[in-house]
Amino acid sequence: MPNVSKLPVGSSIHTQYLIPLLSLALLSALALLFSVTQGSSGLPLREVINVLIGQGDPLQRTLILDLRLPRTLSAFATGGLLAVAGALMQILLRNPLADPYILGLSGGAAVGALGAMLLGLGALLVSGSAFLGALLATLLVFGLAHGSGSWTPSRLLLTGVVVASGWGAIITLMLALSPPQRLPGMLYWLMGDLSYAQTPWPALILLICICAVLTPFGRSLNVLARGPLQAAALGVAVKPLEAAIFFLASLLTAIAVTTAGSIGFIGLIVPHMLRLVLGNDQRLILPASALAGGTLLTIADTFARTLIAPEQLPVGVLTALLGVPMFLYLLHRTR
Amino acid sequence: MANLELKAMAIDVPGRAQGDTLSFCMEAGQIWGVLGPNGAGKTTFLQTLAGLRAPRAGHIHLNQRPLHTYKRRAIAQQLGLVFQERHDDFPATVMETALMGRHPFLSPWQMESADDIELTLEALVALDIDHLADRLVSTLSGGERQRVSIATLMTQNPAIWLADEPTNHLDLHHQVATLELMAQQAAQGKTLVMCLHDLNLAARWCTHILLLYPNGQACWGDVASMLQPSALETLFNQRLQTAWIDGKPFFIPAR
Repeated sequence: MPNVSKLPVGSSIHTQYLIPLLSLALLSALALLFSVTQGSSGLPLREVINVLIGQGDPLQRTLILDLRLPRTLSAFATGGLLAVAGALMQILLRNPLADPYILGLSGGAAVGALGAMLLGLGALLVSGSAFLGALLATLLVFGLAHGSGSWTPSRLLLTGVVVASGWGAIITLMLALSPPQRLPGMLYWLMGDLSYAQTPWPALILLICICAVLTPFGRSLNVLARGPLQAAALGVAVKPLEAAIFFLASLLTAIAVTTAGSIGFIGLIVPHMLRLVLGNDQRLILPASALAGGTLLTIADTFARTLIAPEQLPVGVLTALLGVPMFLYLLHRTR
Repeated sequence: MANLELKAMAIDVPGRAQGDTLSFCMEAGQIWGVLGPNGAGKTTFLQTLAGLRAPRAGHIHLNQRPLHTYKRRAIAQQLGLVFQERHDDFPATVMETALMGRHPFLSPWQMESADDIELTLEALVALDIDHLADRLVSTLSGGERQRVSIATLMTQNPAIWLADEPTNHLDLHHQVATLELMAQQAAQGKTLVMCLHDLNLAARWCTHILLLYPNGQACWGDVASMLQPSALETLFNQRLQTAWIDGKPFFIPAR
């Protein structure tokens, strides 16, 4: 008899789904606590917990509830959104190397955000402009890839990559033409910067909703990963599902980029890393991506704002510095 | 029990004039062999029967109802297909892959049950790949992957089996074992349609034959009347010698 211990049945549902998800949830909670305790004025864990359960003195309450917690939650939500969007794009394009920005969405958002910064607009308008840019990029790629012919992942990928290089050129042009005093802010935005985050709630609520909505579609996504014809032969309505994934992944990425600029790396590496460890069942990979992506960005942002405080590092640098060794280790281990 | 009826149906091969229209019914218990040279439209024919491509003309009826009025999921509960090409971009074990055959029967919130696992294990045993259950499909040989695809169809267990060159990559023993499995399924009331390149396997196991010519012509009928050397020589543009064994014709290419 083959070893069926890894199969999602009966009591082994616990080992298959619950244990990885509960472990990641615990890790997430620890990362959130760690992030809230760290800062220019270090607070002992006991006082942080006091504040979180509704006690503590007013100064500490302001520091934690109004300053640190929103930023921490923004980081968590953004990381989760990017990782889920990356996992979805990888399935949509049948390419394990796809990331949320591969179709040029971050380029559109960056042009929107940098344009607003060039005009000297405030943070709220920068975010709004980034969102519009992301929306425009999404519709542009979808419309062009649709074209007159059929809509295939390779056509979508090619269109997206070419449009992304177009955005790249516009971004370089804007950077070249912008006055020097605006440059640092623009560069930080391009590498990802959570200090633009206004409020964590839209991103956090979207992340929770999306995990709830996607879970029942997990098995269909597993079948879709075997190719569109095989999926159709097994009863999946391929075209509507692909269109839904495209727009969902774009929405997630747009919200993430709007919250924190174009943070690279998480959308590519987190789903990939989880697949190396947990296999390729989307019912597990999607919620696990949300938790692991959130955890990684929370930790990266904590270091970004504390390592050389009061100065801040671009968080994208930290996600790569943390993620690259982790990923290489896992790759080495599973070979 | 299910049947698939073609009503003046023509397959849509791009860049080719519409050929003969096909009108016949494929019934439970029959094994149809589709023969023809490369590019004659065998794969297009099978994918059209599965509703994955639209016919250029005419209609296909699944159990007396037009195929295009069914939802994909409802079709997949009645009809399954072994593809010639496979995509293994993402890692999956043999067990996970074969278990996907249950997808059309599970609701979105439902997990695979012990019965589904049982069915899958039976299919793996029938295809002689149960010892590979935990292996990644990407690490298997071509013949083993072919058997994983057939096991996935067996797990799906539809009334109509379509198979695009199911004996591809298989060694001699597994070619015979696979066709024996198909014959068992037909004996249990399944309808089978397969594209084949081996005339002798077709002669031995098929009950009905459809010949597809590269110019779009087609003819069909029971196996005895269709496997005539002259027709096959025209079909493949290859002279043949015929030997008779157990009262069945066997074809050997002439030099």
